[in-house]
Parts: sequence; C-alpha cells; structure tokens
Amino acid sequence: MNRSAKILRYVIRRLIQAIPIILAIIVLNFFLLNMAEGDAVDVLAGEAGSATPEYMAELRAKFGLDQPLPVQLLVYLKNIVSLDLGYSFRHDMPVSILIVDRFWPTLLLMVSTIILAIGFGILLGLLAATNLNTWKDAVISVFALITYATPLFWVGLMMIVVFSINLRWFPTSGMENIAAFYEGFDRFVDITHHLVLPTITLSLFYLALYTRLMRASMLEQYGQDYVVTARAKGLPERRITFGHVLRNALLPVVTMAGVQVGALIGGSVIVESVFAWPGLGMLAFESLFARDLNLLLGIFLISSVLVVVVNLIVDIIYCFLDPRIEIS
Amino acid sequence: MHGFWGRFSKNKSAVLGLFILCLVIFLAAIANWIYPDDPFRLAGKPMSIPGTNGFLLGSDTLGRDVASGIAHGAKTSMLIGLLATVAAVFIGIIFGALAGYYGGIIDDALMRITEIFQTIPSFVFAILLVAIMKPSIESIVIAITVVSWPAVARLVRGEFLSLKTREFVQACHTLGMSDSRIMIREILPNCLSPVIVIGSLMVATAILIESGLAFLGLGDPNIMSWGFQIGAGRTMLRSAWWVCTFPGIAILITVLAINLVGEGLNDAFNPRLRERN
Repeated sequence: MNRSAKILRYVIRRLIQAIPIILAIIVLNFFLLNMAEGDAVDVLAGEAGSATPEYMAELRAKFGLDQPLPVQLLVYLKNIVSLDLGYSFRHDMPVSILIVDRFWPTLLLMVSTIILAIGFGILLGLLAATNLNTWKDAVISVFALITYATPLFWVGLMMIVVFSINLRWFPTSGMENIAAFYEGFDRFVDITHHLVLPTITLSLFYLALYTRLMRASMLEQYGQDYVVTARAKGLPERRITFGHVLRNALLPVVTMAGVQVGALIGGSVIVESVFAWPGLGMLAFESLFARDLNLLLGIFLISSVLVVVVNLIVDIIYCFLDPRIEIS
Repeated sequence: MHGFWGRFSKNKSAVLGLFILCLVIFLAAIANWIYPDDPFRLAGKPMSIPGTNGFLLGSDTLGRDVASGIAHGAKTSMLIGLLATVAAVFIGIIFGALAGYYGGIIDDALMRITEIFQTIPSFVFAILLVAIMKPSIESIVIAITVVSWPAVARLVRGEFLSLKTREFVQACHTLGMSDSRIMIREILPNCLSPVIVIGSLMVATAILIESGLAFLGLGDPNIMSWGFQIGAGRTMLRSAWWVCTFPGIAILITVLAINLVGEGLNDAFNPRLRERN
C-alpha cells in the first residue's frame, strides 16, 4: 500500500477514535446541566415573574423535562447531533447562532497568538540553545521563567496601563472602532490595531513554554549520534544547526502546540474579558454574570470539540512532517 | 537525606525560591496578627496613593487596604493551592496505580477516562464547575482538583508500569503479599520523588487557576484573594493603578518561587539528569 492511502486510512481511524471522546463530553455536559439548581422551566418562570405550578408542569411536559433521565439524555444527544445546543433565554436566541457569531473573533485571536508564540518561541529557544550558558541564554531563561509565572489577566491590565493609558499607542478594548464605519483595508488596519495587545498578552505564557521546550529539544538533538557524525565529516557548526538539528528539534514543538490548544481556549476567556474582545471567551464571561447556563455549557462543548479537532489536525500534520512515524 | 539537601542547596535559584516561599507562608501566618481587621472593611480614605493616609500600598475605591488584602490573600492562595494539590495527587495516585498495576481492561478503562479529562479545556471546565456549584472555597478546590488530577494519574501509571516487573515486586508476590500491600507499601514509595516534583509544580498552577477564577468573579465572596483584588480594581485602572498592580506582583512572586523550588526538587531527585546537561 502506498503512503497516501496509509495516511487516509490513519485519518479515518483517528476520526472514528474521536467519536467516543466527543460522546463522553456530551454526556458529561448533560449531567452538569442536571447538576445545576433549577431547570429551563424555573428560568422561564423566573423571567416571566410568576407562573402557576400547573403551568410549570405543562411546560415541563412540553420540553420533555418530566421524562426519566435516560430518555432525556437520548433527546439531548439527538439535539446536539442536529447542532441544537439549546436556547439562551437571556439573549433570546439559539445558543448555536450566538456561538457561531462569536467564533470568528476568537479564531482570529487564537491563530495570531499561535503564530506569534511559536514563531518567537522557536527563535528564542534556538538563540538560547546556540548560546548555551552565555548571558543571552541566561536572559532568555529568566524571561521564560517570569512569563511562565505571570497571571495572564494581570499582564493584560498592565499592558493597558502602559500602552493604552500612558503611551496611547493602542486602544484599551474591543475589536474595532464601530463608530468610525471603516471599510475594506481601513477596517483591516483598525482590527489589527485592536488585535496587538490581546495577542501579545495571550501569547506570552505559550511563548515561555515553547522557548523552554525548543531549548531543551535542541540540546537533546545536539547530543545525538548524527551530530557527532556531521562534526566528524567537518560540517560547519551553522550547517549542523540549521540543516540538521533545527528540523528535528521542531517536532516536539509542533506536538506541544496541539496539546496546548485547550489551555489556549482557557487563556482566551481571560484575555477576551480583559480587553472586551467580542469572542467566545467574552461570551462565556457575559453568560457567567447573566447566569445563562445553557450558553456556558454550549461554549464548553464547542471548545472541547475544538480541542479534539485541533489535536487530530496536528497528528495529521505530524505524519507529513516526520516520515519515520508509524501510521499503521 | 543529607545528600538530598546538599544537592538542593547547590542550586542557587531553588534556594532563593524556597526563601521567597517561606516569606509568603510567613506573611500568610501573621496576616491575622498584623492586619487583625476584616480586609473587606473600610479602613480609611478611598483611592489613597501608596504611602499616604497610613496605607503602605494604597487603598481602593471603597477604602479597603490593599496591603491587608495581600496579606489575607496569601492565606487563601496557599490554602487553596495546597488543598487542591493534595486532593488531585490522591485521586491521581489511585487512578494511576490501579491502571499501571493491573493493566489490561482496567488500564484501558481508567486511561480512557483520564484522556477525556485531559482533552477538556481545563480552565473553561473549572469555570463551569464553580458556576454550577456556586462560588465557595469548597467548590473552587473541587474544580481545581477535577482539572488537575489527570497529569498525576498518567505519571503514576507510567511509574507503576515499569516498577511492577522489577525483581523486588516479584519477590513480594512470591512471599504471598496482597496486591494492595504491594502497591501501597512497596511500589508507591519508589515513585514518590516524581510525584513530589509534579505536586509542587501543581501548587503553582492551582494558585494561578484560583486567581483567574477570582478575577472573573468566581471567588468565594467572603474570603479575600489576590485575583478578587485585581478583578475589583480593574474598573479604576486609569486612576488607581496600584490596586491591580501589587496583588499581581504577589501572585507572580509566589508562583515563580514555587516553580523554582519544584525545579530544584527535580534536579535534586535526579542528580544524574543534571550532570548530563
């Protein structure tokens, strides 16, 4: 069998493996929904101000809330599979529509963060490893240690104090200047301008992580036999670093990028609520205050599925990057 | 044990971390003595600049003393960090030990569960759990525990997998020891050092998660914490920068110190690993 057919089979197998995980997450979601005090009818009755017990019982029957739990679970599963994530009574809108609306800003923030963090992480890790035990290595390591220990929301607030309030370089919040009615290229520039501080804030933690990982990975590769061979045949140190070591050292960084997506989503809840970035994280923050559990659960479900999908994509990229990997 | 301390103290940054950590613990211990009043209480003129009106680190819009909040917040962070870590390590050891020791179908089942918990975005999950259980010390500890045990479980499972085939374990089987005794008395003590290292690093993560939750308004409403101070101070960032700045520095220093100690422990437990680099 040729390699592309093998990869296709591998992808299909991984897709099938992801199904039970997603099912388990949906079931967990259902039990969390049931754990919370009160149900949708209590919320509705609360919104309406008053409701007779008969009317509430009637509503429960209408929503199927009087059914035994396993039946409710099946109905819930069926709803999720048909992309019905429930109804947000606060926004008076289906949860799925709200989530789709807010998904793109979050994706924009996450993609720019990943590019910035991985790019600079690789660069700094490379610098530290090639200047091992010099002042450059020390400065980079201390920087990584400190950013690794800093709470993201605090970095965000300090960025606002320095770059928005004092220096006035960047706006304090939001994704674009809606009042200015920018179009086309101007709008792109405006959004980029708003994107700078949230991206830097969210990427700092991962930057530290990737820097440390890249440094360790480079050092490990330098100890391998093929480096000794390359030195023995008289290859210049630059060729060894960029032609051989760098390529091999990149692999663990790519894997880590996939593993960290879950943490990145958590970080974006914090960063989005600091900068009022109108994405899923901000929506989660708003739903906390509005006690909108349906919406919060919907966001939780979507972000879990997102992690599964991204891990799948990373695994597939991985087998293109490293032909040695067994995919049977 | 003397050799262990000798190796640990050779690492200067780890000793510095331990020193800072001891200071934070000391601050937490004397918080009630140096600031006997409730940190939520109005203590003087609101929005005082640090160093004025008797406020070392200033006061916020409601006249609460920032320094008092930091001292009392140290108690909260240490308490939640330690409780959540102990609980997570306990659950992780049980899962990991059973999976690694018995293998087969038990291993498969337990590791599937662990995998699901590792896939779920942990901070979003913690937010959801606290929101559902209503914010309190207990719910925050439970939420942090639920999101942090899988890492311990995977580590312990790996250790048990490699240790269970060793001769000393086979000797125990020959002697007719029970499975539970072999697991608890024989194998577990041999994998404690990596568990201690991961546990110490988990305290740092737990403090970060707790501060993040409190910042979002999910802290225990009756207990002062650093994250709450920053969350409450963010609306007046423009006029009173100190309300957010100092509690953040407290979090940074504490987490950094714990990470340094954790790395020091790691190097001291694995002396060969360090010499290799």
